[in-house]
Amino acid sequence: MAASYFDVDGTLVTTNLVHPTVFYLLNQPTPLHSLAKLGRAVLRAPWMALAEVQDRRLFNELLFSSFEGVSEDRLLSLAEEAFEKVMKPNIFPGAKDLVQISLDKGHDVVIVSGALDFLMKLLADHLGATGIIANHLEIKDHFATGKLLRPVVAGPEKARLVREHARSKGHDLDECFGYSDSYSDVPMLSVVGHPAAVNPDRKLSLLANAYHWPILRLAA
Amino acid sequence: MTHPCLVTLDSRSAPRTLFSGDRLVDVDLPTGTRVLYSKPPLEALKDVDAAIRYAISHPYNSEPLYAKLRPGMKVTIAIDDISLPLPQMKRPDVRERVLTVVLDLLADHAVDDVEIIIATSVHRRMKDWEVRHVVGDKIFNAYWPKRLYNHDAENAANMAYIGTTEMGEEVELNRRAVESDLVIYVNLNLVPMDGGHKSVAVGLCGYRSLRAHHNPKVMRDCHSYMDPSSSALATSVERMGRLTNQKLNVFTIETTINNRMFDRPLEFLARNEDDLTTTEKNSLRVLKFTLDKLPQPARQAIFQRVPSPFGVTGVFAGETEAVHAHTLKRAYEQYLVPVVGQADILITGIPYISPYNVNSFLNPLLVQVMASGYLFNLYKGVPMVKKGGTMIILHPCTDQFDNEHHAPYIEFVHRLLPETRDAMELHRRYEAKFAANPAYIEMYRAGNAYHPTHPFFMWYWGEAGRQHLGRTIVVGADNEYIPKLLGWETARTMDEALRMAKTTAPPRPEILALHTPPIMMAETSLEKPRASFGPESAFG
Repeated sequence: MAASYFDVDGTLVTTNLVHPTVFYLLNQPTPLHSLAKLGRAVLRAPWMALAEVQDRRLFNELLFSSFEGVSEDRLLSLAEEAFEKVMKPNIFPGAKDLVQISLDKGHDVVIVSGALDFLMKLLADHLGATGIIANHLEIKDHFATGKLLRPVVAGPEKARLVREHARSKGHDLDECFGYSDSYSDVPMLSVVGHPAAVNPDRKLSLLANAYHWPILRLAA
Repeated sequence: MTHPCLVTLDSRSAPRTLFSGDRLVDVDLPTGTRVLYSKPPLEALKDVDAAIRYAISHPYNSEPLYAKLRPGMKVTIAIDDISLPLPQMKRPDVRERVLTVVLDLLADHAVDDVEIIIATSVHRRMKDWEVRHVVGDKIFNAYWPKRLYNHDAENAANMAYIGTTEMGEEVELNRRAVESDLVIYVNLNLVPMDGGHKSVAVGLCGYRSLRAHHNPKVMRDCHSYMDPSSSALATSVERMGRLTNQKLNVFTIETTINNRMFDRPLEFLARNEDDLTTTEKNSLRVLKFTLDKLPQPARQAIFQRVPSPFGVTGVFAGETEAVHAHTLKRAYEQYLVPVVGQADILITGIPYISPYNVNSFLNPLLVQVMASGYLFNLYKGVPMVKKGGTMIILHPCTDQFDNEHHAPYIEFVHRLLPETRDAMELHRRYEAKFAANPAYIEMYRAGNAYHPTHPFFMWYWGEAGRQHLGRTIVVGADNEYIPKLLGWETARTMDEALRMAKTTAPPRPEILALHTPPIMMAETSLEKPRASFGPESAFG
């Protein structure tokens, strides 16, 4: 059996990691808490912008540090609402079709994202995906520490995790498919036999054209 | 006496101007070479709308269309896609004319549940502006996209299995058509392999049905795609079409067009070079110079975006087979030129367009299908070239593909052909994998790409030619590896190609050159055996 590995942000949904994070920050126990959290996030914004360009892993770590002090209960209880309000309306029209075709062809469909696991679980359930590779927040005494558990899912690490997943499930990587919108996912796309660019950014579009990778537009 | 469209060159003959992709090339061909030109265009019908109304009211082997209608019935109209004609015809396209008459008739009979499906089968989806060109503004604005849309062979819910023929061919068609009270097919017939049962049974089917005949075994048994009586493909499609017509209420409307492919300023491209006036010769020089200087996209635009002034030569309606017999007769009337004797060497330019690259680039796999598939098969009777003979083609064979339309072709050419050119092996090892490729399927369904199995079909399409020909030599290729991948040799000039071909041809080989486009067909017959003057025949 082959597997299809899907990046999420920009590939299956129009939103990115920031949108659900902001939703969480705006939904703290009190408006004062929300204001404080948002303020801290805004102060970190220049560093995050720099990290986004330099190192995806660092960006993820900076972004998710905003969750420091949020209780595990709150994370989980807000997840469904965050998914319904932020992610679900922003799923590309063709995304469900593409996942369904992959399932129909007998593929193991795996979501590979730097987003948090409890949100990706909901997305996977909604799309019918069979597995997720996502980031996990470190929880101590039922509260998030703001740190991510290793390995952090981002950039080249995605490629290693995909390889590891395929090996553990007995998939031949040459027969597997990979989908992403971002040039930062080229390592992940390069380890599968059938890479495809989905709604690609400019750099990935150039690369996909050069290497004759299929280019899909799920927004249409 | 030979037909005026079959010209034998002598020492005073001018060079022939042949297409090499979207450029024109002058070639000096040896004295004695026979050059096959297209017939002059048949006269077009003066009142096409009247002909349409007459045809649907006086159909062959069927009651008139109006008699089949009743208020509230469910009607599906299917039309041919962008692969016909080549290039697109000037507006109004004949499909628009037929649709206008038919839709008015349906409205008059209170038939409101009408949908128009573009019968793409596994071809690419037509874009909205392409559909508008074919059906006209009025129909487009009224029906697109809810009631006028492209067929989707990969939407399982959209397909309905209707049965299996006695030869085991599964027939699965568009559900809307299957569930309709009446299916009206509006065809545009360019060449004799179009139309007939192919319209519904292929145009509205999917891979499950296509694989019954689009496979190397059936293709090897086709002795001319253009002659249904000697084509295993046509025979298979006929069986499936007959089953279709048993289950569905089909009313066929077929139209034929003449071969007026070039409009007035370029009409001379279809003519014998020795008959050109001084002005035409100068125009040809200017055109060649201009094409040589223009970038490729501009050349493509000149030839593909400018619609042709095809004239409608016939409209036939009624029961599929009865209609198609008339269509074939008219098509042959336009195309067939009698040719006595097969050639040892067949020469042809490969033009810029095929049914599968409208508004895109003719990629290497399509060059192959043009050479070994379509042009090799432009005959009725026996092949134009002897078994084991040589075909010389002119084309740059540029390693270029349209990523949007031909995505699966790229993998086929660059990953599979280096492994094997054996059609049977490609069919066995790779076809099913491509057919199940979700990325390509999504590009077919939501984008404008050909179905992932289409490059296989294109390779099989060249199978009969490959089995028959001894060698194929390309003149003017801009690289050597693409011809090599396709199993072809290369030559820098026509002289060099002819020298190469003569090494495996008999002394004083017969050479036949095709001067196409426009389209023509050779009605080839074997040479009469020469009378023997030996004692047995003289006295025996």
